[in-house]
Amino acid sequence: MSQTPSQLPRRPLSPHLQIWRWHITMFSSIMHRVTGSASVAGAILIAAWLVALAMGREAYTCFLTLASSPLGLLVWFGLSLAGFVHLTGGLRHLIWDTGTGFEPKKADQIALWTMILGVVLTLAFWAVLFATGKVTLS
Amino acid sequence: MVELTLPRDSKVKAGKRYKAAKKTKTTRTYKIYRFDPDSGENPRWDTYEVDSADHGPMLLDSLIHIKNNVDSTLAFRRSCREGICGSCAMNIGGRNTLACTKGHDEFKGDITIAPLPHMPVVKDLIPDLSGFYNQYASIEPWLESKTPDPEQERLQTPANRDKLDGLYECILCACCSTSCPSYWWNQDKYLGPAALLQAYRWLADSRDENTTARLEALEDPFKLYRCHTIMNCAQVCPKGLNPAKAIAEIKKMMPAKG
Repeated sequence: MSQTPSQLPRRPLSPHLQIWRWHITMFSSIMHRVTGSASVAGAILIAAWLVALAMGREAYTCFLTLASSPLGLLVWFGLSLAGFVHLTGGLRHLIWDTGTGFEPKKADQIALWTMILGVVLTLAFWAVLFATGKVTLS
Repeated sequence: MVELTLPRDSKVKAGKRYKAAKKTKTTRTYKIYRFDPDSGENPRWDTYEVDSADHGPMLLDSLIHIKNNVDSTLAFRRSCREGICGSCAMNIGGRNTLACTKGHDEFKGDITIAPLPHMPVVKDLIPDLSGFYNQYASIEPWLESKTPDPEQERLQTPANRDKLDGLYECILCACCSTSCPSYWWNQDKYLGPAALLQAYRWLADSRDENTTARLEALEDPFKLYRCHTIMNCAQVCPKGLNPAKAIAEIKKMMPAKG
């Protein structure tokens, strides 16, 4: 005779994230998701930039003041970091799509290097912006 | 669905501590997940202090020692004690492995032992793997051929036979599937690394003539494509197999299936 749900013994769910000891590949995978989501937020901000431009001089000046404030620059820095880390993470997926880079040791190395490269590209991007005077800390 | 915390009835409480009569240099401390289905209580962490000089080198030796000498109520699965049956798969020190092939000297400090993650627990270290086995059955893990049976066995060139290496050795211990966050959140729809490795084992077999139908059965947003290459499967496989790569090979076969 089949059992109704109330007669079935209780089966608790075993712990998962609570006990798991992460590999770097798991970290870089969730970072790919996080930076991808952040990039969407960045795309909305850039759209707001264009909307401000369309709304006229006053709105655009207001947007630029906010965007070039130290807090605004920090937001742009974070978004550029997300963009570059997502870009290098995407390159990692292109490598995987060819069927290579799956050996755990190699995957660990690729994960580490995509993250280092993402940070280096971000720093280089901002170094160029500051060096060419496109951005200044006022 | 993604749920980062455990349901209320699954939260693990503090449990008993079984102290060693005398602490020595070789005394190890094991924090073990306990669940008694008859008690109606939540699971708990019990702590056992055991002198590793009193038993063999593997974690399974530690567990058997505890069951024989400290606490006979501790329940776990084990059979072959040599890494071929897959019964003693569990989460040790935060990663899935076989208790029988993992040495206690591979860990520093206290060793946490829990059932395979994100599974329904029958008792203590014993998860209910029915869903996992059903998924294995769903990929039809047998040779399918349209040509009539030959007089003798179906032959295969050595090169074609080599394509099955790294696939046929799977012991279905479930270490990989239960290590996968995608499987944690969607195990009702996503087949998981073990079943997909086996799906590829038959796709890669030169004698199997059902490739197109096998691929069509897998082409689904969840069954195959919930793999996001998190890589936990390949990182923890106690047999050194690589389900992530097998899944990538299936994905590569998809466009050509016609």
